[in-house]
Amino acid sequence: MTPLTLPAADNGAFTPPTLEELHLPAILPWGASDGFNKQMLLVLLSVVFIAWFFIAASRRRQLVPGKLQFLGEQLYGFVRNGIGKDVIGGKDFMTFVPLLFTLFFFILVNNIYGAVPVFQLPTMSHVGGAYFLAGLVYVIWIGVGLKRFGFRYLKLATVPSGVPWYIMPIVVPIEIISNFIVRPMTHSLRLFATMLAGHLVVALAGSGIAFLITQESVLLKGMSLLVLVGAIAMYMLEALIMVLQAYVFTLLTAIYIQGAVAADAH
Amino acid sequence: MHQLMVHAATESAPSPLAPNWWELLVTAIGFAILLFIVVRFVVPAFEKTFAERAEAIEGGIAKAEKAQAEASAALEEYKQQLVDARAEANRIREEARAEGAQILAELKEKAAAESARITEQAHAQIEAERQQALASLRSEVGAMATTLAGRIVGESLDDDARSARVVDRFLAELETQNAGAAK
Repeated sequence: MTPLTLPAADNGAFTPPTLEELHLPAILPWGASDGFNKQMLLVLLSVVFIAWFFIAASRRRQLVPGKLQFLGEQLYGFVRNGIGKDVIGGKDFMTFVPLLFTLFFFILVNNIYGAVPVFQLPTMSHVGGAYFLAGLVYVIWIGVGLKRFGFRYLKLATVPSGVPWYIMPIVVPIEIISNFIVRPMTHSLRLFATMLAGHLVVALAGSGIAFLITQESVLLKGMSLLVLVGAIAMYMLEALIMVLQAYVFTLLTAIYIQGAVAADAH
Repeated sequence: MHQLMVHAATESAPSPLAPNWWELLVTAIGFAILLFIVVRFVVPAFEKTFAERAEAIEGGIAKAEKAQAEASAALEEYKQQLVDARAEANRIREEARAEGAQILAELKEKAAAESARITEQAHAQIEAERQQALASLRSEVGAMATTLAGRIVGESLDDDARSARVVDRFLAELETQNAGAAK
């Protein structure tokens, strides 16, 4: 564990914060690993928040909804109709609505943490969560395809119809790589990287302000205000990206599942 | 050597792409719990609300349509009844008029017959009285005339047969004179 030191302390030059410094010490250390840390706490808290909110919103089922129920219905309807129905459609999109719904709000809350003081950590900036979610989706869409079409699905997913035979040797490997290898990687890394980058930018701005404010030159002290303005703008952008990435992840999940459900349609 | 490697490992920051397996596990557990809650409680509750709402709206529309249909059926029925009632009233009025006319005609006829009968009776009575008067006159005038003539001639003309003949002749003469005067 590297000691938490002020970046400007050593030799008067600015040293940007490292990834190491973004990992806070474990709350409850155990064993060989770091132990129970903030990321895990936030993940479990997000489960409590989401479950509490939606159970409260859906508990009193009224034909004319109150404010809470209306909000809950709007949010649920956004995923159910806006993602599930529009992308997967058909008669069996309802099968996947719970998964899409859980994915969207799980990722959304875990991302939004990054924009909320005290929490201040988008949990998906730790790659484990993103790996798990992308891996889960990967297993699910392949499972759906195999269940629906049997092993014929592997051919449907990699051999596009209407392509001349002499291009096949090029197209098929590309399809295999893009669908079965690159897809889960981009799916997880897109979420992870955007969250980590946003987190880093905020941390960098914070340490930059801390560094500039301690300088003796008034000009440099004043510069910290500019950094603050820039940091606030970045914060807004980050907040947008947090919501957007939750949506993108869920939308891509729906698209992958739709591709597996209707693999014979193209 | 070994020490150096350990040193290098601790020095170089772990790749951000290497997952902390505990974090991955906790995320998996958290996600599984949330998915379970969503499948078990949240989605059914929302779906049920949506279904109930759709049913309530569709049911309301169906009910309104039914009520409308019933109302228009009732209106149609009332209109039909009104038309029937009008026709019935017309029919009754026509009947009454015809009946009245018939009764009037009957009464007129009856009255005419009655008057005719009365007239006839009166005629007959008058005729009978006239005949009676004529007969009594004939006998009385004859007797008086013979008595008168007897007194004048001083001779009894009581011979009935003869006197009767004379009277009849006289009367016949009178009648012919009357008839001549009447012409």
